[in-house]
Amino acid sequence: MNDATLGTASKVTTRLGFLTLAVGVVFLAYALFISPPEISQADSVRLFYIHVPAAIVSLYLAFGVTAVGSAIYLWKGSQFWDLVAWASAEIGVLFCAFTLVTGMLWGRPTWGVYWTWDARLTSTAITFILFLGYLAVRRLDMPADVRSRRAAVLGIISFLNVIIVRYSVAWWRSLHQGATLNPADIQIDDSMLFSFFLGAVFESLVFAWLLIHRFRIGWLETQLESAGIDAAIEERRAEGAQ
Amino acid sequence: MVNDPLAGDQAQPHGTNVVKLAAVVSLIGRFPALAGVDLSVGPGEVVLLTGPNGAGKTTLLRVCAGLAPVNRGDASVLGFNMTRRNDRRSVRRQVGLLGHSNALYDELSVEENVTFWAKANGADLASIEPALERLGLADRLRSVPVRGLSAGQRRRTAMAILVCRRPRLWLLDEPHAGLDAEGRDLIDSLVRQAVESGATAMIASHEPDRIAALATRSVVVAGGRIANGACP
Amino acid sequence: MIRDARLIAMKDLRIEKSSRVLTTQVLPFGFIVLILFGFGVSPDRRVVGDANRSVLTEVAPGLFWIAVLFAALLAFGRSFAVESTDGSLDALRLAGIDPAGIFLGKAAAVFLQLIILEVLLGVGAVVLFNVQLAAPLLLIAVVIATTVAISATGTLYGALAAGQSARDTLVPLLVLPALSPVLLGATRATESALYGPTSDGWPVAGLVAAFALLYTAAGIVSFGLLLDET
Repeated sequence: MNDATLGTASKVTTRLGFLTLAVGVVFLAYALFISPPEISQADSVRLFYIHVPAAIVSLYLAFGVTAVGSAIYLWKGSQFWDLVAWASAEIGVLFCAFTLVTGMLWGRPTWGVYWTWDARLTSTAITFILFLGYLAVRRLDMPADVRSRRAAVLGIISFLNVIIVRYSVAWWRSLHQGATLNPADIQIDDSMLFSFFLGAVFESLVFAWLLIHRFRIGWLETQLESAGIDAAIEERRAEGAQ
Repeated sequence: MVNDPLAGDQAQPHGTNVVKLAAVVSLIGRFPALAGVDLSVGPGEVVLLTGPNGAGKTTLLRVCAGLAPVNRGDASVLGFNMTRRNDRRSVRRQVGLLGHSNALYDELSVEENVTFWAKANGADLASIEPALERLGLADRLRSVPVRGLSAGQRRRTAMAILVCRRPRLWLLDEPHAGLDAEGRDLIDSLVRQAVESGATAMIASHEPDRIAALATRSVVVAGGRIANGACP
Repeated sequence: MIRDARLIAMKDLRIEKSSRVLTTQVLPFGFIVLILFGFGVSPDRRVVGDANRSVLTEVAPGLFWIAVLFAALLAFGRSFAVESTDGSLDALRLAGIDPAGIFLGKAAAVFLQLIILEVLLGVGAVVLFNVQLAAPLLLIAVVIATTVAISATGTLYGALAAGQSARDTLVPLLVLPALSPVLLGATRATESALYGPTSDGWPVAGLVAAFALLYTAAGIVSFGLLLDET
């Protein structure tokens, strides 16, 4: 292995990183300064520009990639997709946690409490735990291929669960007349929509950048392991020669 | 009875081997339990696997049973290619493995255990009674939960299940564990009988003297390989 | 598949009959959970605006299903513990039993045990929480659909964690969030079966049944992948 393959960065990720930074600067300018405050929520609406895209990236993009990667792994048995599924789930959990935190920070000035049993917030919390379970399975101490197969089955089922949980919690909350301020009711102008759009682009780029790096860490680990196996076989043989 | 480790290998022509392993590596997690095993076993042989604890005897038997992976090398058992998952599944039905554990349900009686496994294995239910008889499991023992039985009685029950299963390849891992002298002789005679009616057997034991009389050949396993010529 | 399923289910039920873990451990556990709920939600607390209705009676359906879920966790653990104590999973693999049959058999055995548990706990809940019953048919439908959903989900996740020392902690972590939609649906449908109107309950019971079928199908399809070690 030469030096170039030992890191997790490459030309592509470096460029992607700078692009992400650039988009991030423009996004912050729009989200924090250029877009106007909202009529009823004032400046707290600005949290939304980062909260909503984070939710979309984690729940649908990241966990969706996990489900697709898991399915391809089960179908073709390719380690590549297994590692993609794992990497994506880990970053998805990170974004999911970020969604929860920003959601609660938004809730405090808006509703006066951190937690309101809002349908989206509640189902996001359950999703967060669902995928913590997935990550727990990935850490089980068992042969790698057995673990990968179990994780792949779980990855697909968990994504289905995300959808089921989301609809069922929304239905459950709709039975009670709960929140007086629906997040979807905010008054929106074009610069605000553009801020959402930039937020979605920015966070997708962050996701992609992290995904590639996390995937490479996983890939290097497996390389290291298979290199270690040759040494382990030699060592094992030496036992017999004594 | 041939008791020379070097004798058997070349004697078997290709294609008729019941077991043929070539440079087999089998990983348990990241640990290479088998690190390049070459071994051929012909029909009707009774191969004794000896060697110290942790040498890889158990994994070798599990590879032959289709329960441990073949990560490198080639392996064929009963004509099936053990590197393919579907073939491993087919082999599993045709071998009989007496492992470290007996696969008995503690809460069920001897009779219930043997009946369950006979049904699960698709065995002839009429063979249960003679098998229990043969293994000296008296009537009064049959209806108590196996939890209350001694290690030797449990071993006999597991052996009765194996007898009903009528495997083509017997894979016995320390079959004498927990058994008295009578029980050991019983197992030896059952294996001999099975071999006479066309089966093949591989037996792992770290007490080779007890089984040597039964074996047609003995092989030393050490460091995850066959250590030819190092036989006592 | 069905033949294998019956064999496995009969075996598991026979083990239960001999060990009586359900009646001597799981059931008392369920009862103490119900009683503790009574402590947590004081029985004297009244519904706002209606002094005749106790809060405990009002929330009884949810408490009942949570107690069932907790008790079910013990049943799942037990279902796979009997296979792992003496290496039976290997023997099942060697027997060439259809993995889908193992799934259906184990799920069916858990289902029957849970139904018995629910009937007995239900009697307890009626006594402790003072509930009435408006629609028995709806209640039966809800109980069956929910129990199929719980059994299928628990058996599937039980296999995911099988053979692991962490099984006892991992199964609840996986099962409870996955079953959260079932808990919502079962609670709502049970509320309407107890206090009406039943027209609200039937479609919900249907959704729970759909979930149950989905998980049963998932178990049948994926059990081979989960049990095949090599």
